[in-house]
Amino acid sequence: MVLKPRLEDIKITAYYLGKIILGLGFIMLIPAAVGCAYREINPVLDFLIGAEVAFIFGLLLTRLFHTEKDLNWMQGMIVVSLSWLAAMLLGAIPMYLSGHWQSYLDSCFDSMSGFATTGLVLAQNLDHLSYTHNFWRHLIMFIGGQGIAIVALSFFVRGVSGAFRIYVGEARDERVLPNVIHTARFIWLVSIVYLVLGTLLLGVIASLEGIRPASAFFHGACIFMAAFDTGGFSPQSQNILYYHSPAFEAATIILMVLGALNFRLHYQLWTGNRREILKNIETRALFTSVVITFVITAFGLAQAGAYPGALLLFRKGFYQLISAHTGTGFMTIHPAQFLGGWNELALFGIICAMALGGSVCSTTGAIKMLRVGIISKALIQDIKRIILPEKAIAIQKFHHMKEIFIDDKQARSALLITLAYLVLYVSGAVIGMFFGYPFLNALFESTSASANVGLSCGITHAGMPVFLKLTYIVQMWSGRLEFMSVFTLMGFLVAFIKGKS
Amino acid sequence: MMKHARLLSLALLGCSFLVLAASLHAQPISSLELFTHAADYDGQNVIYEGEAIGDIMIRGPYAWVNVSDGEGAIGIWMQKEFASSIVYSGSYKSRGDWLEIKGVFHNACPQHGGELDIHAESIRKIRTGREISEKLNVSKRNMAFVLLGVLCLVWILKQLNHK
Repeated sequence: MVLKPRLEDIKITAYYLGKIILGLGFIMLIPAAVGCAYREINPVLDFLIGAEVAFIFGLLLTRLFHTEKDLNWMQGMIVVSLSWLAAMLLGAIPMYLSGHWQSYLDSCFDSMSGFATTGLVLAQNLDHLSYTHNFWRHLIMFIGGQGIAIVALSFFVRGVSGAFRIYVGEARDERVLPNVIHTARFIWLVSIVYLVLGTLLLGVIASLEGIRPASAFFHGACIFMAAFDTGGFSPQSQNILYYHSPAFEAATIILMVLGALNFRLHYQLWTGNRREILKNIETRALFTSVVITFVITAFGLAQAGAYPGALLLFRKGFYQLISAHTGTGFMTIHPAQFLGGWNELALFGIICAMALGGSVCSTTGAIKMLRVGIISKALIQDIKRIILPEKAIAIQKFHHMKEIFIDDKQARSALLITLAYLVLYVSGAVIGMFFGYPFLNALFESTSASANVGLSCGITHAGMPVFLKLTYIVQMWSGRLEFMSVFTLMGFLVAFIKGKS
Repeated sequence: MMKHARLLSLALLGCSFLVLAASLHAQPISSLELFTHAADYDGQNVIYEGEAIGDIMIRGPYAWVNVSDGEGAIGIWMQKEFASSIVYSGSYKSRGDWLEIKGVFHNACPQHGGELDIHAESIRKIRTGREISEKLNVSKRNMAFVLLGVLCLVWILKQLNHK
């Protein structure tokens, strides 16, 4: 029997949602300050309006549903899934007001794409967008990469247990430090230290490449946020091609890889345990997977004769591959070139890389390397069980910060999430095919949206069907949250409609 | 006489075809066309038109200028002297110069790491850009004030209820 949710569930959920919305309102004041610095009057007004709407909703929710109680698991999951939708709707307000998005739905699409660190773009005339709006596009990637609710965790939520439930709801099931709030603050510390260093590095490179210093460091900050948070937005319509710089490409590769590493691994490296990077199952799986998918892609590119010479093939092929595998979505080719110059084998290599993703507890999306590693080890264990004599015990272990023996529960959990991702990739592709796109193109775009990558073969544009935009929004949302909190919200809604009191 | 007239009309027809062909050849090619059929245009002389956008990046005696025709933007590799004739480049606060570029198109330029680019042989400024003076959007300002009023009201009510 399904029970109808209690009024208290709704009250607690709404109260914490209100707190997160208030946090979003404060965050919108940051681009407003940037706009003041660049003397952009109307963009500042766009963000003041957005912040005011957020404050009004936030105050109303926290007042009407005031509670002192902490979140339980279900409420925590629902708060997370709803807060991402609220962030999309509120974050889209200043974007829509700028006039650079054809409809509010388009701005919602880009808002979700930013928060979910995807990087698919529907903005029009991006090259004339204000500094203020451009900063917002990248800031939401920075916020979304750490986790929207992590912001609330760090500054607003008092109870540690409720905080942990929100933390898990945002697809982070690993704690760097024993206390989850300390973990959230450590994630912010890592991100801000890298933000300063990354902005300096990219800013200096951009200056040396001939960009005016004021513009160079602005680009540096934006590109850092998009690279480290594996987002993929860029201030200009040409993405990374705009810079025409091998040094810029090399720097962004390093940042993308750093963003794809587990924050626990960052902690190990920061505390001097450098050997962990060599032993960890995720880094080993990532290295193996990058090599395999690059071989596939490179073979495809050579077959297609896409680039004259191995060096050019490596530069273009490897960049798109790393961008795909880390879930970033930076491009050094034009979207139409994927279909015009690359063959199906090369595209298949990129699709596989997108589908697999980076590490757990990082800013990447997709299946992720820990699950790939566990599934591979479990498979080896099962093969051993068949080969070895019946009385022999086949055990398999892996190294992930410590030595761990594989059990059926871990393997089952990894397989279930992997299966959910595969269903998401294919279902988006089938919907794309209903709108007349060939299978491979539809699968490419669907995988890119679901795995929060942002590479595009040209399907994503302002004129694409509305239903396909909605499909990709749902894919970006559920892919980023790794399903559990989205499924909980769906279950909650079903219980609300059909449940018995 | 009839034969002469026929020859003359044939010559005229031929000339008009040549003029038409020349004018068609002189038509600029869109970025979308270049992206979609990049291999067909590889190594060919093309004419491309668009707005200079973003930063003009000087690299020694050459410069990179990104030019957008509204459908997409292409990097143009040109001599520094060509780039110095560009006064405005497109941004939030300016409309960039509209340029006509004649040059060689590369699908995967061997000199520039496999980039799709155009090496300019000549550029012509079709329209000079301009600065865009930003005017205060009154309806946005009014909306911001109204919402501020509502926000104050909600906050006061919250404080009153709190007491």
